[in-house]
Amino acid sequence: MMPYLSLSIWVPIVAGLAVLGFRREQDAMFARWVALAGAIAGFLVTIPLWVGFDTKTSAMQFVEFVSWIPRFDIHYHLGVDGFSMLFILLNSLMTIIVVWAGWEVIQTRVAQYMASFLVMSGIMNGVFCALDGILFYVFFEAMLIPMYLIIGVWGGPNRIYAALKFFLYTLLGSILMLVALIYLYSVSQTFEILEWYKVPLEMSAQILLWVAFFLGFAIKVPMWPVHTWLPDAHVEAPTGGSVVLAAIMLKIGGYGFVRFIMPIAPDASRYLTGFMIALSLIAIIYIGFVAIIQADMKKLIAYSSVSHMGFVTLGFFVWSQLGVEGAIVQMISHAFIAAALFLCIGVMYDRLHSRQIADYGGVVNSMPNFAALMMLFAMANVGLPGTSGFVGEFLVILASVKANFWIGFGAAVSLILGAAYTLWLYKRVIFGAVANARVAAMKDLSRREFWMLTVLAVMVLWIGIWPRPIVDVVHVTAADFLVNVSHSKL
Amino acid sequence: MLAQLNVAASLPEIVILVAAALILIVDLFIGDDQRHFSYWLTQLALLVALAFTLTSLKLEAVTAFNGLVIDDMLADLLRIACFIAVSLVLFYSRSYLVARGMFRGDFFVLVLFTLLGMQVMITGNNFLTLYLGLELMSLSLYALVASRREHTASSEAAMKYFVLGALSSGMMLYGMSMIYGTTGSLDLATVARAIAAHRDSPALVLLGLVFVVAALAFKLAVVPFHMWVPDVYDGAPTPVTVLVGTAPKIAAFAMALRLLSSALQGAAVDWQGMLIVLSVLSMVLGNVIAIAQTNIKRMLAYSTIANMGYMLLGLLTANRYGYSAAMFYVVVYALTSLGSFGMIMLLSRGGFEADQLDDFKGLNRRSPWWAFIMLLVMFSLAGLPPTVGFYAKFMVIEAVINEGFVWLAVVAVLTSLIGAFYYLRVVKLMYFDDAADTQPIVVRFDTQLVLSINGLLLLVLGILPQQLIARCAIALMHSNFP
Repeated sequence: MMPYLSLSIWVPIVAGLAVLGFRREQDAMFARWVALAGAIAGFLVTIPLWVGFDTKTSAMQFVEFVSWIPRFDIHYHLGVDGFSMLFILLNSLMTIIVVWAGWEVIQTRVAQYMASFLVMSGIMNGVFCALDGILFYVFFEAMLIPMYLIIGVWGGPNRIYAALKFFLYTLLGSILMLVALIYLYSVSQTFEILEWYKVPLEMSAQILLWVAFFLGFAIKVPMWPVHTWLPDAHVEAPTGGSVVLAAIMLKIGGYGFVRFIMPIAPDASRYLTGFMIALSLIAIIYIGFVAIIQADMKKLIAYSSVSHMGFVTLGFFVWSQLGVEGAIVQMISHAFIAAALFLCIGVMYDRLHSRQIADYGGVVNSMPNFAALMMLFAMANVGLPGTSGFVGEFLVILASVKANFWIGFGAAVSLILGAAYTLWLYKRVIFGAVANARVAAMKDLSRREFWMLTVLAVMVLWIGIWPRPIVDVVHVTAADFLVNVSHSKL
Repeated sequence: MLAQLNVAASLPEIVILVAAALILIVDLFIGDDQRHFSYWLTQLALLVALAFTLTSLKLEAVTAFNGLVIDDMLADLLRIACFIAVSLVLFYSRSYLVARGMFRGDFFVLVLFTLLGMQVMITGNNFLTLYLGLELMSLSLYALVASRREHTASSEAAMKYFVLGALSSGMMLYGMSMIYGTTGSLDLATVARAIAAHRDSPALVLLGLVFVVAALAFKLAVVPFHMWVPDVYDGAPTPVTVLVGTAPKIAAFAMALRLLSSALQGAAVDWQGMLIVLSVLSMVLGNVIAIAQTNIKRMLAYSTIANMGYMLLGLLTANRYGYSAAMFYVVVYALTSLGSFGMIMLLSRGGFEADQLDDFKGLNRRSPWWAFIMLLVMFSLAGLPPTVGFYAKFMVIEAVINEGFVWLAVVAVLTSLIGAFYYLRVVKLMYFDDAADTQPIVVRFDTQLVLSINGLLLLVLGILPQQLIARCAIALMHSNFP
């Protein structure tokens, strides 16, 4: 069998390095085509994962196991289960879209731009399929470097501050995780993540490990109150950077909860359930209110992301099959919706060079096709039935009502808030009288932009109408996961 | 009699000594336009010494000169590291030296004597041998720091270095004399046996230990014995700065290991406490003060202080695993440090010193390749994967957690976060800012090649670190360390 997981990591990275060869300005077109070819090749090698995936087992599939650093028993150990497989496809698909999205927009240092995204894509695939603690950590940290450059080089006016804040904030979370990983090694004499699921740990040790991992992943998600880097990073990043940040990087935080925190420290996780649910609800409700008052479109969607990611952590910590499945579906769905909304804002920004809501109004008059597509994504962000946004949120709300009516009620409030901020944004920007002459002069979607958004629209509708294939992938893994975390490790 | 002398064990030292003497004479007879002859002769000497060391690699330790010198795996590997480091120093500094009229025979001879001193420190098996090596190295370095006579900063740095260095040598000798007075021997193994015979270390040994540790701390440049470092790094000509900052740290590590472990392992509980204090102070102060620097040489000076603090984490565990982690750390640190100073010299031209952080502005526009190499160097210093600096930090942190010092590990990672800030700032200058200086970078081909290999090695070793990790483990497992 082909090492598809290794290919999904290394094909984009090698393609990214190849793109760097076209660094002269006059070679920019070559750089774009090579990058697109690399991204498509990177996506094609992940398709066998979907086709060959066995949905009847929660065991790791497509496993690759090679000794890497014998001195510390560290292995190049890859594998995917129902939680991680979808993210690899998602990430590889998203890479094609960001390469496409930057096609005309990026005119300076094209090769470096494209290479950064391709390399980052490979590294993030590594994060999702690493089954060795140190291998995971290497990928987890390494992905910060391209993102730092993307924000800092191609970002907005305040890019340097945002890039540094992004880097140091996430580094703060991950370095304590390194201590936790090494502590687990000193207890178990192995860096195998799956072995750590079986290591007995005292409550005090579990709590400390929980806190160390929590900081790492909560900052990534990001959860309230460690979310403050996200609005800055999103606002300053170029469109492609925002897309990857929202679609993939935040999901790594959510993924960390099911891969590390809950199975390694199940007793601490149960003990801190109330804390987690409280933080999730604060994110969902409070950040929802914060989103309403934003004057900057990107910031609004950034806060909306924090709010939607609250559903993910809530879904995990109601400890039920519905909740976990809902959380995973929510992550996939939010990836498409947030990516699409950021691309929509990017489309408008490319024409008017402003992200302020006040500068727009009546865009529907000059860009009817665009308005129609954005309407779909706005509705999906609200959670309209028939779109992907509905499925995940509905499952999580259902699971929380079963756990406790008031938790479910709190989560459901977000449907109203989500409708408020999204539709109000849509109304102010798209409808109404044409705000000014520049808006009137905006050209409708180009063919490139149209297809880029259409691909995402199809995904959003597909998951909304027929989520079964995705739920099937997650189902058995989630069931066995819940059995696994119900055993005490004390 | 000759067998007891076992001269073969010191063959690399003999090669370097002969070469130094030879170059000193040869250089008298050649003109200024033929100085490159002495330069290549020096490189050749390093290559020959390296070849001799490589061919005589063996697992078991051999003593020579009636126990004054020991040749074990540790010594072999550290000697190799020193040869490579010094060779790289010469490669990087050639253009710089030529442009400043310092491309002379005496420079090469002094560098070789410094190296000889380091080799003696690495192979010393007796208090006096170690001290002799230390002095040979230090005296040559004092002269090198002062080698730009017309330059006031250089003379001032040399003066500070000399006064403080002499003081620390005095402390070292004083400490050794107390330990000698108590144990009755200068031989490391005999001292170890004498100390082991007591259940508690005698007070005089402890007092001696304090002096020895203080002197070692001075040579390693850890807080609070770090005052000389920023001034010397800044004031000395850059080729000398990189020499001071790399290979001597390897030698000082070896000396610390020989003194603390081979001789004073019996007093490990005592020196462990001292090293913890030194290590924590260095990590915190080094990283915090580095943030405020605008001169990159001073910033790297504080970075050295912080890095030696991390290295001490490995030493203070007082076991082989920790020692091998510290050894890995110091070798990786030297390699990374060479890259950073190599970049500074690459950007320097005749009469222009690229020693301000702002000189790195917009490097990505001027040359994406060198910006990338500097990026690797900075991320390696910050200890971020996928560069080899990550494994260096990983290993020392693993070593302290294994000994139960989780709090030290937490201090280490938090201070490394502070450190990441100023390394990232260099990356920011190179990639995010516009160039102040748009002159193309013109350097000799061999310098470019070696510096590129140096930089890429940080990445390659970061992806495949096993070989180096295993070598460091073997060196300690087959040496006579507890």
